[in-house]
Amino acid sequence: MDGVRPSGAAIVIDTPSVDWLALSPPIALLAAAGVALLSALLPEWMRKGVSATAAIAGFVVATGLAVYLFDESATPEVLLDGSMARDQLAAMAQAILGVTGAAVVLASWGERRRTNHAEYYALLATASAGMAFFVSADNLMTLFLGLEWFSLCLYVLVAIDSERETSLEAGLKYLVVGGFGSAVLLFGSALVYGATSELSFGAIASADPSSDAFLFAGLAMILAGLAFKVSAAPFHMWTPDVYQGSPTSVTAFMSAATKTAAFVVMLRVLVTAFPDQADVWTVAVAVLSAISLVWGNLGALAQRDLKRMLAYSSISHAGFMLMAISANSERGGEALLYYLIPYSAMSVGAFAVVASRERELQAPVTLDSLAGMGWERPYHGIALWTFMLGMAGFPLTGGIFGKLFVFSAAYDAGDWWLVLIGVVATAVSLGYYLNVVRWLYMRSGAELRLAVAGGSPPRDPALNVAIAASVAVTVGSFFVVQPILDAATDAMSSLPF
Amino acid sequence: MLTTALIVFPIAAALVVAVLPLPRETTAGLAFLAALMEVGLWIVAATQYDFDEGGLQLDTTREWVESLGISYSVGFYGFSLWLAGTAVVVFAAAIGYAMWVGRDRSRAYHALMLLLTGAVVATFAAQDLLLFYASFELMLVPLYVLVGVWGGERRQAATVTFVIYTMAGSLLMLASVVAFGVTQGTFSLIESGTSDNVWIFLGFAIAFAVKAPLFPFHGWLPLAYREAPVEVAAVLSAVVSKTAIYGFLRIGIPKFPDPADDLSGLILVLASAGLIYGSVLAFRSPDLRGVIAYSSMAQMGLITLGVFAFDDLGVDGAILQSVAHGLISASMFLLVGMVERRCGTGELDELGGMARGRPTLATIVLLGGMIDLAVPGSATFAGEFLIMAGVYDQGWGYSVVVALGVVLAAMYTLRLISAILHEKPGRAVRDEALDLRVGELGLVIPLLLILVGLSVWPALVSESSFSGGNVSGWTGYAPLEPPS
Repeated sequence: MDGVRPSGAAIVIDTPSVDWLALSPPIALLAAAGVALLSALLPEWMRKGVSATAAIAGFVVATGLAVYLFDESATPEVLLDGSMARDQLAAMAQAILGVTGAAVVLASWGERRRTNHAEYYALLATASAGMAFFVSADNLMTLFLGLEWFSLCLYVLVAIDSERETSLEAGLKYLVVGGFGSAVLLFGSALVYGATSELSFGAIASADPSSDAFLFAGLAMILAGLAFKVSAAPFHMWTPDVYQGSPTSVTAFMSAATKTAAFVVMLRVLVTAFPDQADVWTVAVAVLSAISLVWGNLGALAQRDLKRMLAYSSISHAGFMLMAISANSERGGEALLYYLIPYSAMSVGAFAVVASRERELQAPVTLDSLAGMGWERPYHGIALWTFMLGMAGFPLTGGIFGKLFVFSAAYDAGDWWLVLIGVVATAVSLGYYLNVVRWLYMRSGAELRLAVAGGSPPRDPALNVAIAASVAVTVGSFFVVQPILDAATDAMSSLPF
Repeated sequence: MLTTALIVFPIAAALVVAVLPLPRETTAGLAFLAALMEVGLWIVAATQYDFDEGGLQLDTTREWVESLGISYSVGFYGFSLWLAGTAVVVFAAAIGYAMWVGRDRSRAYHALMLLLTGAVVATFAAQDLLLFYASFELMLVPLYVLVGVWGGERRQAATVTFVIYTMAGSLLMLASVVAFGVTQGTFSLIESGTSDNVWIFLGFAIAFAVKAPLFPFHGWLPLAYREAPVEVAAVLSAVVSKTAIYGFLRIGIPKFPDPADDLSGLILVLASAGLIYGSVLAFRSPDLRGVIAYSSMAQMGLITLGVFAFDDLGVDGAILQSVAHGLISASMFLLVGMVERRCGTGELDELGGMARGRPTLATIVLLGGMIDLAVPGSATFAGEFLIMAGVYDQGWGYSVVVALGVVLAAMYTLRLISAILHEKPGRAVRDEALDLRVGELGLVIPLLLILVGLSVWPALVSESSFSGGNVSGWTGYAPLEPPS
């Protein structure tokens, strides 16, 4: 950072002024995490209640602060020596993350975990704080810092059910593959720094690179590192195993929040740091998108385990969102931000239904174990039906507008071939989404081979609130489109299109 | 507002029916009442619509997604008002039939039927491309479950083929919707101009051809019509298929005049092929539902001939025939359901001789059959005649095909009538099988009465569908353009 320091300055430590409001969402979440962690000192019966309450309070406060920040950051600013951005894009992403986190806390409440409650909620809040920090990263250092911050929390969260072998296995896999992804990203950052001698995104864009080879290699590696996090094919191989093995509430969190954070950052990095290389990275992202669409959908067709199926489906959704990024336009960015909202809701909601079924049956949820569920648990059935139709892009859910906006952006950018792949992928995706509906309603519970754990299913009002909220967002985003798009348009004004 | 009410009321009723924990009969009664009120709403709409003036009326437009030019825009033309009217009447009869037979899981069943009603009406009223696409898709959601849960033995296979075919079409349409909307800068059908892109037109045309279905996109039809609950089959053939006709008339032709003209030869040939092929299949079909199903396919071919005649007489006839076929095909499906309930089978081999001792059934089946085979003087005859006259300009061969279709219709319908009513009593016909009951008559007779009324006065529909500066030749389709 030699270039930034004023030459010959007498002060040894140059203290940057800190914009506490811009940092407030991560700080609120960290504070919640601290309280949640301290609840480990309380008597056992209080731990879960206190830590969960602290976490949900943290998420609610962080969401509120993010909304306030959104209103207060009409003109984007760069903070802390060019390392963080205070703008509406970050604030909007933080708001999405906050709501997602709150829904996940509600969905986790009924988890039958013997120990580790305090740690679980503390890690959840810390991971979200890391993501909230990550989305406002404006230079390569903070980018890596944010990435590692939330990734380390996720590695532990995935393995937190340490009495289950699959959870441990998933944790190890995620650690190894995720660590590799981070290393690739770090190496890429180093190459970009080597080529431009700059760390902050804006400066990289305006720098005169000493070596195009280094710069492009670095760009490719940064893209690959982020592609690991958004689970875009061919960097998705960890996704099915990790989604399946993790505690279901953690899977819900990863599928929605990690994607939101990583996609927003991917958009920001590519657009602000590499505008001159756009002709290269738009093609690369379009290719990633096409591969994800093909691989995710074909993979999902073959799955019997619902969590695995949703994992592949999340790969295919990554394909759709990459399509939006590859458009490299304001409309594409808006499409991405819009897409994230119903997608996060559907994803959290679907995993929440799976979690509830899992708790009821005490067994992994496969298609067979959904037989007749639509009739026996009508509200969960209708909710899962809504999420499946929404993911397939049916009307009365925001999914249809998500697809429409993404396709429009891609068509606008001239990628009509990508639109066609997307359309075919959607057609294929019906095969597995409607299959879930078929098992829900067109098979009878008598076919269910597994014995239900006994008695009526455990009451879980918190989980039902999370599911109802997810349905409300999924359906609501169909009717209330313009306000979301307006917010997305504001957010896009922070990026230099 | 009235148009919005026509769309929202059944959907709201669906929610009420689904949520209220009422006993089965009460739920069904409530749904039937809602369907009847929907018919009442339509009658109010029809009285408010000024048929002399024609054009788009009862319209409402509200911004939905401003930045992309998507709006909630609904309204009726003369022809779409008639199509929507057919829809609500057929839905009332179908829901009434479901109430009569006491479908199990009543709340879910009736909620889905009402949701389907709302989706179909929305499709006929849509004046925005995205709204049209959304309602067109939305129809599939309840249909999928209705066929898959309450259908016959091979219902799962039926739903799978139905969904694969329909969605393949729909998604092509989605690509076309995106391409058209983005190029035009608006999705509004009122404000957008025309396009001469053949590929975009094809996306729409294939979606409509699957929905109708037109030859050779009818692969889903036999299974779906055979395995669906009979009143759902009635709705499929009477109403859902007509959304394709609306699509052609509101989007396919006015928005793509040149591609539609270029490809009209191909479409006319396929429609003719479908008319003849469907009629022959209907004649060869071994069961009641097969006859009605394939005859429905033949009739859709006929109606498409009228649409692509690009001529006043042709389109007028197409709408008259759509209304008449909607009503008669619903009546016939419901009658088939009544026969199947009495005999436990629809195999023609095992039926027969039902006229003896069942005078009401015999009379009603004969009356329905006569209208179905387009006996001169009936509404269907008027429709077929208009289409035949209209398509003459496109080539006399097409008129010959239509005439042949009329003859074949007589053949398969008479075969159907005699297989049910005449000949020796079949194995499945037991002496104690009852004549039609009052409840059943109450469902079928109103449909037939409307048809008799239309037979007396076919001009009621045919001359008001495109009134207000009538459709003048191909270039015109004047009523479909916005009133300046």
